[in-house]
Amino acid sequence: MKRSFESPITLLGARALAPFIMMFGLYVIFHGHYSPGGGFQGGALLAASVLLMRVASGSKTSSLILSNAVTTPMGVVGVLIYFGTGLLAMLLGSNFLDYEGLPIPGMPPYYLRYTGILIIEVGVGLAVMAALVLIYDKMADGEVTE
Amino acid sequence: MIWEFELVLFVFLVFAAIVALEARNLLVSVVMLSVFSFSAALLFASMGAVDVGFTEAVVGAGVTGILFVIAIHKTSAKTND
Repeated sequence: MKRSFESPITLLGARALAPFIMMFGLYVIFHGHYSPGGGFQGGALLAASVLLMRVASGSKTSSLILSNAVTTPMGVVGVLIYFGTGLLAMLLGSNFLDYEGLPIPGMPPYYLRYTGILIIEVGVGLAVMAALVLIYDKMADGEVTE
Repeated sequence: MIWEFELVLFVFLVFAAIVALEARNLLVSVVMLSVFSFSAALLFASMGAVDVGFTEAVVGAGVTGILFVIAIHKTSAKTND
């Protein structure tokens, strides 16, 4: 691109659109065990809303939403949620990622399975979102500022 | 699914692919690849693979387009061939 300038229309459109995309991403993650979607698609939608703001408004403004330094720890936390759930079930005597072995008292087994899948999908969504934003940040690292 | 609608989607798919290959400006190619991904996602959904179509729409039409635009921003928007 030859010249770059700030356009208020682009910025306003992105600002109006990004919260709805983020909301839809959360919906997809939290309804992943009944309907199409799940951790990966929801995480990619969350990442798309953050990337929209990054493209529209440069790195200085958009790092207020999700800072560059936060993405790597966020991805690590997502992976740890995934493996922690699996390992917790394994340490308590069932198989790896066997949700019925999770130590949540007062829940029937089928409900326990839903809850286990939900926890796993939150972890996957965090990891996917952080990884996609991290790829963008690394690619746009030396971007030409105005 | 109505077969006429699928036929229109297939024609659109092939047209977007040819335009993306032949365009001189690479930004046009990126936009046409997004169009390609979106019609492919609609076709996946019409064949009953809603999950695959969802992933294709989010990743192919959303995130990949942004990454391609960044790559063009780093290099040049003109092809040399």
